[in-house]
Amino acid sequence: MDQVIVQILNGLDKGSAYALIALGLTLIFGTLGVVNFAHGALFMIGAFCAVTLQRILTLSSVTEDPTRTDFLGNPMKIETPYVESWFGEAIGAGIIDWSVPLAIFFAIPIMMLVGYLMEHGLIRHFYKRPHADQILVTFGLAIVLQEIVKYFYGANPIQTPAPDAFTGSFDFGVLLGFDPLTIMYPYWRLVYFAFAALVIGAVFAFLQFTTFGMVVRAGMADRETVGLLGIDIDKRFTLMFALAACVAGVAGVMYAPIVAPNYHMGMDFLVLSFVVVVVGGMGSLPGAVFAGFLLGILESFASMPFMVDAIPGINQIIIYLVAIIILLTRPRGLMGRKGVMEE
Amino acid sequence: MGILEVKDVNKRFGGLQALGDVNLSVKENTVHAIIGPNGAGKSTLLNCLVGKLMPDTGSVMFAGQSVLGRKPYEINQMGISRVFQTPEIFGDLTVMENMMIPLLAKRDGSFRMHAYESVEDEKDLRGEAETMLTEVKLLDKQDMLGSSMSRGDKRRLEMAMCLIQRPKLLLLDEPTAGMARADTNNTIDLLKEIKEKRDITMCIIEHDMHVVFSLADRITVLAQGTPLVEDTPENIKGHPKVKEAYLGEAA
Amino acid sequence: MLGLRKKDAGLLLLVTVLTVMAPVLLNPFPVDSAMAQFNAGYPDLMQRFVIFGIFAIGFNILFGLTGYLSFGHAAFLGVGSYATIWMMKLLTLNILPGIFMAIVFAALFAVMVGYISLRRSGIYFSILTLAFAQMSYALAYSVLTPITGGETGLQIKPTDTPLLANLEPGEIGRASLFGLEMSQSSIIRMGGWEFTLNVGYYVCAMAMILAFYMAIRIFRSPFGMMLRAVKSNQNRMYYTGLNARPYTLAAFVISGMYAGLAGGLMVAMDTQVGPERMFWTASGEVVLMTILGGAGTLIGPVLGAGMIKYMENIVSKINDQILHTWFAFLPDGLEDAVVAMIYPFVGKGWHLTLGLMFMAVVIFLPGGLLEGGDRIRNAFRRKRTGKEDTAKQRTPAE
Repeated sequence: MDQVIVQILNGLDKGSAYALIALGLTLIFGTLGVVNFAHGALFMIGAFCAVTLQRILTLSSVTEDPTRTDFLGNPMKIETPYVESWFGEAIGAGIIDWSVPLAIFFAIPIMMLVGYLMEHGLIRHFYKRPHADQILVTFGLAIVLQEIVKYFYGANPIQTPAPDAFTGSFDFGVLLGFDPLTIMYPYWRLVYFAFAALVIGAVFAFLQFTTFGMVVRAGMADRETVGLLGIDIDKRFTLMFALAACVAGVAGVMYAPIVAPNYHMGMDFLVLSFVVVVVGGMGSLPGAVFAGFLLGILESFASMPFMVDAIPGINQIIIYLVAIIILLTRPRGLMGRKGVMEE
Repeated sequence: MGILEVKDVNKRFGGLQALGDVNLSVKENTVHAIIGPNGAGKSTLLNCLVGKLMPDTGSVMFAGQSVLGRKPYEINQMGISRVFQTPEIFGDLTVMENMMIPLLAKRDGSFRMHAYESVEDEKDLRGEAETMLTEVKLLDKQDMLGSSMSRGDKRRLEMAMCLIQRPKLLLLDEPTAGMARADTNNTIDLLKEIKEKRDITMCIIEHDMHVVFSLADRITVLAQGTPLVEDTPENIKGHPKVKEAYLGEAA
Repeated sequence: MLGLRKKDAGLLLLVTVLTVMAPVLLNPFPVDSAMAQFNAGYPDLMQRFVIFGIFAIGFNILFGLTGYLSFGHAAFLGVGSYATIWMMKLLTLNILPGIFMAIVFAALFAVMVGYISLRRSGIYFSILTLAFAQMSYALAYSVLTPITGGETGLQIKPTDTPLLANLEPGEIGRASLFGLEMSQSSIIRMGGWEFTLNVGYYVCAMAMILAFYMAIRIFRSPFGMMLRAVKSNQNRMYYTGLNARPYTLAAFVISGMYAGLAGGLMVAMDTQVGPERMFWTASGEVVLMTILGGAGTLIGPVLGAGMIKYMENIVSKINDQILHTWFAFLPDGLEDAVVAMIYPFVGKGWHLTLGLMFMAVVIFLPGGLLEGGDRIRNAFRRKRTGKEDTAKQRTPAE
């Protein structure tokens, strides 16, 4: 039993990331009808927003301390981050420590801008082109974006720690009446899950309870009719794209402490997120979220030792296997609407 | 016995009875029109004939064989061709290639792996295609791409593609929908010519009464999924039941 | 000639001449000159040019003709490679049986994957092929280690004693064709120039010319026309009495066999293979090649493959020092500025150039660089002959 809970928990954080990326993907597909292969790159850019903010915050002034020497015999150089000299040592260190969560506020405007530019400069011209062209051009864009990031940040992963308060693990087992230390779960992953739930909830609430959301939902159902009603759907769709970029971006920001950001992390997540979208159903938002968590949890279950013993390699292929089965038996996906991309 | 025999065909979509006990017999070498107001089930019936839809009950026999449960390409191989409401041609291929494909399908069946031969060498088929293109006045456009032609030309090309397979039955789904009067008249003339020159049975679904009455030998009136009457054009004109179906109780 | 139209025969002849002369044509700079680093005429790279040319020609038969975008073609390449290396480990160091088995195994695998994937079209087809390829990669990496060698892959080792090879104990087998070793080269020196004629390269070149010839036949055949019909209008096809499924499956398997041939040749040239050859980015690469050069054209994919491999191997080696020597004639400040502007696009950043080029092609030149060439040629011709020609242009030729 405790093993099962451990696996569910392990599946949650990966599932959260899948769900967040897939949510944006399917939002873009549902509203704009565009298959966006550059969505993983947005996730990656988000993660590098966290890296960037951390670097900005740790920008330091260098002073020499004549009383001490380093191992070469020169006067010791002391780096003091500007933040610490401005706000005092304690508050400054605190700010640096909390750079990842703070990066969310840093990332939102950046992602909005990136999303806006992407939609306006490129995607917009591909609404009427075949899906194959959309895949290709966004695939090219993904390459360009990750190369730009590689140019500025190098090819190596960059460790981006979570705040001290969230390092270490939470003994989940004790809470449920198991022996101590049976179910350990890192705090940050718990935070990530809660954060993902919050973002998903916010997106759904936004679509459900605002006029803007209502128009977008109507547009997802029947774009042409909404256009005929005299509503400028294009402008809203641009905003929708920016929003989807934001969701992917903040998902990336918060994921930075879990996996050190590298320039190709977007591509790694993209393939799986597409599988998630297809399993959930193209254009279905609840489907994307549900399938994201489902596949995340399935993946961690399949890595349990007895599963791997029974079917070797199952942990490596389970997601793809599920996708193939779903596509062949129920092409519209678990929660997809009938008739959407069923060809 | 007609060449096409539809017996007791029923088709429901959820709660909607799209077709109810449809019986229809199309005699060989006649033009049979199916008319009826919107939502009468004309398109559903047609889709049942070509294998796109499977009726819930009943039988559809063509030349003594059942077409039910067969794929569209199998039904075509039996000798049924179809003209669509909006012309369906191969837009990325030239007019000549558009003609070669039905010829090859007729000769080689639904699939043949002729990857080493050359299209150029199919002189016989090419000659046949040229004759047909002359007939529909498209010979001078044989090197044009399908997608770059006018709608009227596309329609003629589509008909030529169907006719070159020498089908026993040609199904036409509103062949003049959305056409200007002049184009409609051209299409009527073309169909008349085809009817005179060839041994062919045609089944036309049509809205435009002008087209129907200038072509059809027999007319079936469909209303709410059931045939009301079947008769010659002369008798259909002024038939009280037909008026009722089209104009409602008031008439 | 050979049952080809005049124009196609000319194209084949051109490709033949270019591939045969490649060791000379690709080495235009004397060995000692500063430009020598742009020489691409060394066997390793030339082999890669033609092998990836074969891969792209095959991919184009599927994508260019039927429009089905596969994102998993590297899997067939990998299967071919594994098949060949096993033949060479167990049976004989002659490459022919190995390459034959590569094609056979790739075909079998393609039948399986294609049969399932082709039940869907559009983006679903892409995702299905991607899923299959990623599964193959994951399995080759982990569970199938006894067959694939896992992460380290397979090499020919001193302990391998193929049945039909008479190796001394401890001797490492080398790939050959009836005794002619693949690694053999003869070097011709002419003045400052140096040209390497390599057996392996010519074996690959022969394979590519053959593959290219077959592709022309397929393109001009009724079968090829049917494949274009699939792309154009499947609905009409079905109502014309044709079953599109076996046509697409046949195209899929043929292109899988081309990939298998390419994979087999890779092993024949460099006797090792690892699972990363099947990773989805490798599948993405062949997509880039085909589209960059011109999908649906005969020669486009070959050009695309050559270009990408040239960039990967030559452009990627340009570092900032080399750039500085090039622009040394400029005043210092300007020199630094120019180098700083170019540097991100060359050397390690060549992928950026590739990505930008690829995007530009998809956006502006759906027919690939070949279409770009055509447009430039037309523009020049129009300038020369004046306005008569523009009138002619309006009636679409073909």
